[in-house]
Amino acid sequence: MRGLVQAFQLIVARDPALFEIVALSLRVSGTALLFSTLIGIPLGAVLGLSRFVGRRLVIALLYTGMGFPPVVVGLFVYLLLSRSGPLGQLHWPVIPSLFTPEAMIVAQSIISFPLVAGFTMAAVMGVDPQLRQQVQALGATRWQTTLTVLLEARVGVIVSVIAGFGSIISEVGAVMLVGGNIEHRTRVLTTAIVLETRKGNFDLAIALGMVLLLLSFLTNVIVLWLQGRTFDE
Amino acid sequence: MSELIYQLRNISKSYNGRCVLRVDHLQIHRGEVFSVVGPSGAGKSTLLRLLNFLEPPTSGYIRFLDAEFGPDRPMPLELRRRVTTVFQRPILLSRSVWANVNYGLRLRGQRDSAPQVKAVLEQVGLAGLAGQPARTLSGGEAQRVALARAIALQPDVLLLDEPTANLDPYNVGMIEDIVRRLNRERGTTVVLVTHNVFQARRLAHRVALLLEGQIIEIADVDTFFQSPRDRRTSAFVRGEMVY
Repeated sequence: MRGLVQAFQLIVARDPALFEIVALSLRVSGTALLFSTLIGIPLGAVLGLSRFVGRRLVIALLYTGMGFPPVVVGLFVYLLLSRSGPLGQLHWPVIPSLFTPEAMIVAQSIISFPLVAGFTMAAVMGVDPQLRQQVQALGATRWQTTLTVLLEARVGVIVSVIAGFGSIISEVGAVMLVGGNIEHRTRVLTTAIVLETRKGNFDLAIALGMVLLLLSFLTNVIVLWLQGRTFDE
Repeated sequence: MSELIYQLRNISKSYNGRCVLRVDHLQIHRGEVFSVVGPSGAGKSTLLRLLNFLEPPTSGYIRFLDAEFGPDRPMPLELRRRVTTVFQRPILLSRSVWANVNYGLRLRGQRDSAPQVKAVLEQVGLAGLAGQPARTLSGGEAQRVALARAIALQPDVLLLDEPTANLDPYNVGMIEDIVRRLNRERGTTVVLVTHNVFQARRLAHRVALLLEGQIIEIADVDTFFQSPRDRRTSAFVRGEMVY
């Protein structure tokens, strides 16, 4: 109960430390979600709508990715980006360094894009296959047909994005490994909760947990509100 | 009726090596109602898919107006959009009736389509349901929306694939009436695929019998039904064909 009260107090008092952590959490997870949506929705649409050699293998890899432990993704990204790693040693400006928000974005993008792609694929495959032929008969180009199928599968596609967001906003293992939980730099809600719990500050940990829950809830409410009419159909 | 809109030569269509359609020669005239009758599985729907350029033939060419469509020659989008199909089982978009009818016009980037959509909805007797979600309609109403979204495009050719199968007599009569008027008033070429010989007789100028992927006989509607040349046509017309 004290945690709840403290969460409320922190929010009302516009606690700068809390707002910094929340802002970074949203920036990292929001950017990662943007990348995974940009990659995942087209990939899911292609896998759901076309047949090509190796499709089954790609789907099998995707399903594996959907169940991949985030901490393993974190380890993978850590090894890639570390100074002696295959990407880290290139010293290219576009390749992020370890213990930066950008490295966390890379890890979270890898975690969430299989979910976005996999759920999008399932949603697209759930649309009556006859629809494609019928819209083509009405004069749709290939691109217009794909877009129409995606719009018909919009509820499933939205769910895929929500699932993608849910998987990264609450993720701790990967961001802890590649971000390092550095104060004012890479500390996000989940890593802050771990730290406060270890320090014995259970009230603050609960407060941060409540903020995380609230954030997740608000995001879903906003998405549902934006798509209200879609869900009502 | 002399101008040819379609010319098919040595067309074949195979799926997984199995030939389901073989048409050596077929001509369809501009402005006619041409009906293809035959039992289920005869290749009627396959023929319509080829005529709508949805799939290329395995061999042979379809000449449509000035263009040729074949295994290695896709039909230009502009010409493909002059043909459309109403399917036996219409799949409507999960949007309003209005949005469904407007869909093809939007694909073509047409603005100010409202008067056109309104007129077509009135034509099919669905003006009162314009705002209704299309998926809540009855089978007959859904088929009329499918017909409306097709005729809103003012196609040169309207392909109908068993458009009234499983519909009640009221909707059958209404759809037939719309097709008849469209042909008479706008000169739209209609290719009607049906296993209902009575419907073919009511609507068509010429009729073809398709059996096992091959055209058995083509004749004007009176000859086809009153004095067919082939005994299989006689049997099919009399409803005696066992299949």
